[in-house]
Amino acid sequence: MSVRVQREDFDAGQELTALRAANPRVGAVASFIGVARDLNENRAVLAMTLEHYPGMTERALEDIVRQACERWDIIDVLIIHRIGTILPLEQIVLVAVASAHRHDAFEACRYLIDYLKTDAPFWKKEQTNEGAQWVESRAGDEQARAAWERDRPRK
Amino acid sequence: MKVVVLYFARLKDAMGRSRDEIEVPTQVTTVGELRAWLAQRGAPWQAAFAEVRSLRAAVDQSMAGDATRLRDGAEVAFFPPVTGG
Repeated sequence: MSVRVQREDFDAGQELTALRAANPRVGAVASFIGVARDLNENRAVLAMTLEHYPGMTERALEDIVRQACERWDIIDVLIIHRIGTILPLEQIVLVAVASAHRHDAFEACRYLIDYLKTDAPFWKKEQTNEGAQWVESRAGDEQARAAWERDRPRK
Repeated sequence: MKVVVLYFARLKDAMGRSRDEIEVPTQVTTVGELRAWLAQRGAPWQAAFAEVRSLRAAVDQSMAGDATRLRDGAEVAFFPPVTGG
């Protein structure tokens, strides 16, 4: 299980290969990559800056991973989240789950990114032609998390 | 009791700084009481805490509700809802 907060970009292919390397029990790897767009709420986005809360961010992500492991049969998890300046087309976040079977990998991956969105202390500021603005949180993110709370754990 | 208060994102901008070390009066014992006390303390807290809607809090790097109790030396963070991912 590994959680990384870093400025540098990542090679998703290499990371996914490493996640299952030398473990013949892994039968499935599911992954999610969040990417920076050049448009948000009809405003052109030139770049974004990601701020975080050093220390708490890592703890929050580790907590989310622990909760996922209690819910599904997971062999390994990797979360990489970038901070600092990120340009459109660049990768922001990678969530990857290795498990024996696809169901656990898919569900846990979705759960991890849904919880990351509401529980991990990151904040996006977008540079637009009208200046820099903090991104507003979305009600849909809270709803996605709430849906997991209603679902009974499967394990 | 002395606490370290951290500000992030929009709240940090509104405060013009990222942290304070604050001696709080004895009647302030929880996160909710600290927030209310800061929000009526004058500049820059008053305007900053009014400007940023639905502030969240963490104590010692764990998400905290208004009822969470403070301890001497605690690290208390205030911030807007998170927007990572």
